[in-house]
Amino acid sequence: MIAFVIYKFIVCVIVFGLSLAVAAYSTWWERKLSALLQDRVGPNRAGPFGLLQPLADGGKMFFKEEIIPNVSNRFLFVLGPSLFMLTALMTGSVIPWGKSFTTDSGSTYSFQITDINIGVLYLFGVVSIGVYGIMIGGWASNNKYALLGAIRASSQMISYEVAMGISVIALIITSGGTLSLSEIVEQQDAGVANIVWQPLGFLIFFICALAETNRAPFDLPECESELVGGYHTEYSSMKLGLFLFAEYINMFISSAIMAAFYFGGYNFPWAHEFYQWIGLHDGSVWISIIGFGAFFTKICIFISVFMWVRWTLPRFRYDQLMHLGWKILLPLSLLNLAITVVVEYFRGNIHF
Amino acid sequence: MLGYTITQWLFGILSFLAIMFALMVVFSRNPVNSVLYLVMTFFCIAGHYLLLNAQFLAVVHIVVYAGAIMVLFLFVIMLMDLNQDSEPQRTMVTKIIAGVAGGLMLFVLVGSLKGTEQLNLSSYGSSQIGTVKNLGKVLFSEFLFPFEIASVLLLAAMVGAIMIGKKDIK
Repeated sequence: MIAFVIYKFIVCVIVFGLSLAVAAYSTWWERKLSALLQDRVGPNRAGPFGLLQPLADGGKMFFKEEIIPNVSNRFLFVLGPSLFMLTALMTGSVIPWGKSFTTDSGSTYSFQITDINIGVLYLFGVVSIGVYGIMIGGWASNNKYALLGAIRASSQMISYEVAMGISVIALIITSGGTLSLSEIVEQQDAGVANIVWQPLGFLIFFICALAETNRAPFDLPECESELVGGYHTEYSSMKLGLFLFAEYINMFISSAIMAAFYFGGYNFPWAHEFYQWIGLHDGSVWISIIGFGAFFTKICIFISVFMWVRWTLPRFRYDQLMHLGWKILLPLSLLNLAITVVVEYFRGNIHF
Repeated sequence: MLGYTITQWLFGILSFLAIMFALMVVFSRNPVNSVLYLVMTFFCIAGHYLLLNAQFLAVVHIVVYAGAIMVLFLFVIMLMDLNQDSEPQRTMVTKIIAGVAGGLMLFVLVGSLKGTEQLNLSSYGSSQIGTVKNLGKVLFSEFLFPFEIASVLLLAAMVGAIMIGKKDIK
């Protein structure tokens, strides 16, 4: 019992640290990548290749003066960014980060905090709670720009959750009707990655993930040319830092979810042949570590695609955003669901 | 601990919190706070569902009620900017009528709760009935007709909402 608690605690700390570290270095990579795309140099003062830049940024955030507007509801003003950060970190707990391995003494350890059999629903629950952070923060600021940003954020997130949910239903049918993330990844180990059967579903999911994380071209809640800073206009110091940082954690987690749902998670093509070739057998800890490496590579590629999209596409107008969400993505995801059911029926995955 | 099991402790704590937050919804002067307390109440009720082994119901309760419906509530309240100053003062008559109506509602609820003692709920007595797989099987075989009727009802409500929302009907 004690060993189990210690092991789970270690996994929790690793996932927590990983989320924070990846989010910190995502800010560095975002600046480097945007510099690359715009033919600039990017941050190169702090450390080699500017690698210490995230630390400098974080330090700057901590030492800035903390301003809480007089008129705002103090409790809710603090609660907003905390809640946003909390929900961003909570999503990492159901993601299977690597294959489970068995020690010599026979006990099995998995690279996952918890494998609940409604993992997909849990993700949706947490994501749908995440919008409260923005709404509460924007409202408690008592600022018209902040309120407009909060309202934009909530309507955008609710609109895109619908299409996202339906594209995930199609994915669940493809992966044999399981809601557990580890089983979704495992069944791609036996067959092929889900992207082969769900190309349209992945496209819808990816667009919705961009909108859910408030990334460009869907960054209307915080677009600086219209709303000053959007929902975080009144925030300063580390509370602003939490809002900005949580966005990067969300990006990391959605990349991980996309890699796990559609690209086989910790599996990679000819994985079994590769493991046999280098002489590893099932249950070895090295298989877990190599699998985690493959998963992490996929995540990094997705994070880069997120940034590539941001620095390439212009921002949507608000009516275009709603039009895309409700009139294009929603019918498209329903069509995808219908096609999936027919295809899966002929593949023999659906029984009546 | 004090002769109670962990489940009983959790039930007691969750019930206390649920009732406390529900009372806060009614007594809080600020509508935004009311909505947030209501969200907390929903979380406590989702905890009760978990204690009953109904994981699916618990998560859907959070996704649908706390994650979608209450966000829309909050949305509307924030847009209308209701606060203590703009709240209309109710007359004594309105307060008495509201009190009587609420009391009658309480009677109905207590009566219906009393009625549940006579129901035989053991036909689905398996403790695994709340999981997604079992619930889906029962819902789409035995209770298919009521399920579809409910979905038609929701569709009708949706069409009605669009009709009201449309500016000019061609």
